Amino acid sequence: MAETHDRPPEQFTLRMRRYDPESGEAPYWDEHTIELEPHRSVLEGILQARDRFDGSIGIRCSCRQAICGSCGIRVNGEPSLACHTHLDAAKRGARNGVIEIEPMGNMPVLKDLIVDMDAVHWKKIQRVTPWLLAKQPVPEREYLVEKEAMVDVTQSMACIQCGACVSDCLAMEVDPGFIGPAALAKAYRFVGDPRDDQQFERLNDLAQDPQGIFDCTHCFKCVDACPKGVNPMGQIMRLRRIAIGDHHIVDQNNGERHEAAFTTLVKDNGLLWEAELLPRSYGGNSMFGKFAPAAGKELLSSLPAILKAVLRGKVTPMGALKPHKIPKADLKAVQAIYDKVEGREQRYELNLYISGEDEVAGEPIPVAAGAGADGGEQAAAPTSPEGSANQ
Amino acid sequence: MKVAYWPGCVSRGFTPELHGSMAKIAPLLDIELIELDRACCTGAGVIAEHNQELADTLNARTFALAQQVQGAAMMMNICSTCQGAQSECQERLDANAEYREHVNSTLATEGLSYEKGLTNKNFLWLLVEEIGLESLSARVKRPLTNLRVGPFYGCYIVRPRERLGIDQEHPRDHYLDHVIEALGGTVIEYAGMRKCCGFPIITMNKEASLKQAGRHLGDAADAAADCLVTPCPLCHLNLDLQQPLAEKVVGRTLDMPVLHLPQLVGLALGLDPKELGLNRHVVRPTSVIDWSTSVVGAAA
Repeated sequence: MAETHDRPPEQFTLRMRRYDPESGEAPYWDEHTIELEPHRSVLEGILQARDRFDGSIGIRCSCRQAICGSCGIRVNGEPSLACHTHLDAAKRGARNGVIEIEPMGNMPVLKDLIVDMDAVHWKKIQRVTPWLLAKQPVPEREYLVEKEAMVDVTQSMACIQCGACVSDCLAMEVDPGFIGPAALAKAYRFVGDPRDDQQFERLNDLAQDPQGIFDCTHCFKCVDACPKGVNPMGQIMRLRRIAIGDHHIVDQNNGERHEAAFTTLVKDNGLLWEAELLPRSYGGNSMFGKFAPAAGKELLSSLPAILKAVLRGKVTPMGALKPHKIPKADLKAVQAIYDKVEGREQRYELNLYISGEDEVAGEPIPVAAGAGADGGEQAAAPTSPEGSANQ
Repeated sequence: MKVAYWPGCVSRGFTPELHGSMAKIAPLLDIELIELDRACCTGAGVIAEHNQELADTLNARTFALAQQVQGAAMMMNICSTCQGAQSECQERLDANAEYREHVNSTLATEGLSYEKGLTNKNFLWLLVEEIGLESLSARVKRPLTNLRVGPFYGCYIVRPRERLGIDQEHPRDHYLDHVIEALGGTVIEYAGMRKCCGFPIITMNKEASLKQAGRHLGDAADAAADCLVTPCPLCHLNLDLQQPLAEKVVGRTLDMPVLHLPQLVGLALGLDPKELGLNRHVVRPTSVIDWSTSVVGAAA
């Protein structure tokens, strides 16, 4: 570490997106060359440009150590904390060596690199009732809960509200009303809290909302954007899992039907049967699903695409009517896996954020004694909906 | 090179031309495909959403079957979504010996066991890292000269970066660009090249889903791309099969052909467009191919 910090100052060129909505002028790009040690942050670079060249550069910052979440921006097109991005790393990822700096996306720009977090991010956080709705009666002293249960929600509690995930959410880009990754991760923080009294109500609300948990496109953008490893998409998937698996919530957005149809079709055939998946997602998870009015309506609206696909021989009537299957003996093996795993009293979940990796690469660790067919079940990391075990 | 080959479901269902074109080009690239015809669907993230252990066990079964293929250098898939779903399960299985043992105890009834450390590469990764761009270029018989190709990566093969092994030495999120160049084509950059096609929410929020597809196709059209190429059959469904519907949502004519990666490679290796199933797309690739002479890029 000492070596890198001893490196002499170098020049870095920052290309900055400037915009002042109140001026009536269009946004434009501005370039400044700053001089700092390579391990210093992009934030320090921006501040130097502001001090030396242009006092009107708008940037919000406070702690300068990746805790307060104030300085979210885009560096070379990727959402980042300005204080958490080294200049040399930013230069390596830059085109032609020029570090490109923009305000975050999906939120209106107030000035230059400052976006309106109130209008988008904080509104969405408020949407999920971000406080504990305590179980009654409230004990005289503190609530007593299992340690594991609280460890489970620490991942979502690690959020510093910087908005990086909101900035690049691809679902929000086309559907601004989507509750979004930060707020839904916050929702999990309370859904997963054993002291909360409203787990079903929270989940039902988020599942029925057309812009709720089933509006996430599963694009992993928020996973990479988060500087704190919160894995918002993972939290959204857990919300879905608990809503459907534990509370059997059937939502109006086809979320539950889609998951049920997908899982059943793979169990029945070993492979996915796409022609059956779509109608079942709308009409219900059985061979009769496609005859339900909702499925018929959907079929009708998709006719222009279906007809062309049939015309080109992409989809053949026989191919659509008959599923692909894996060999019988293998299908039986797959179904046995389904029966065993789904028949457990508790779902097993391994969260690497909490358990970490137990092995250094190339260094095998002996298997726990007695971890046989049944012993293994005790050996693995169990998690109830309320908690995943800390390995 | 011999590989344990996982084609996925959609490449044998709604996009049969993908599996078909892969089979055609494999011998030209000296790839021997040993198909994992006993393996089941990866779950595409949906089974993991339903029950993580179930997805992990089903995929561990596939990995174990792949490890049984004698002489195979690695496992290969032709579907970004399969790659993403499998990588996620493998990450958990490889990270924790107790968990792996637990999953293997379920597989034991079938006499199968997954050993940590399987190499599983999408065809795109294998093409660049195992065959190599120079070797690929040397095999080109019909360079894609003047063909303006927009890469469409799909989410599952570019994020999350760490899980997928994307770093400075392995810029896998740029490999499509490199392949297009190696085949003699011109890379067209556009805003949506690494964004979501919208397929995962097509049944939940159709309008948002088609808006995503329509925007990316429109961005590519504005950048004057002749066609897109994708390593993901699910992206192909939303970008090609659904394109007539996406046009209505975004209110413009798109007319953007979308090729599967093996089809683009096959064209450059001199195969006949029909042999590669290019006549089976909803959006006919007329801007890519002069159908009378099969000359690539003639329309450009």
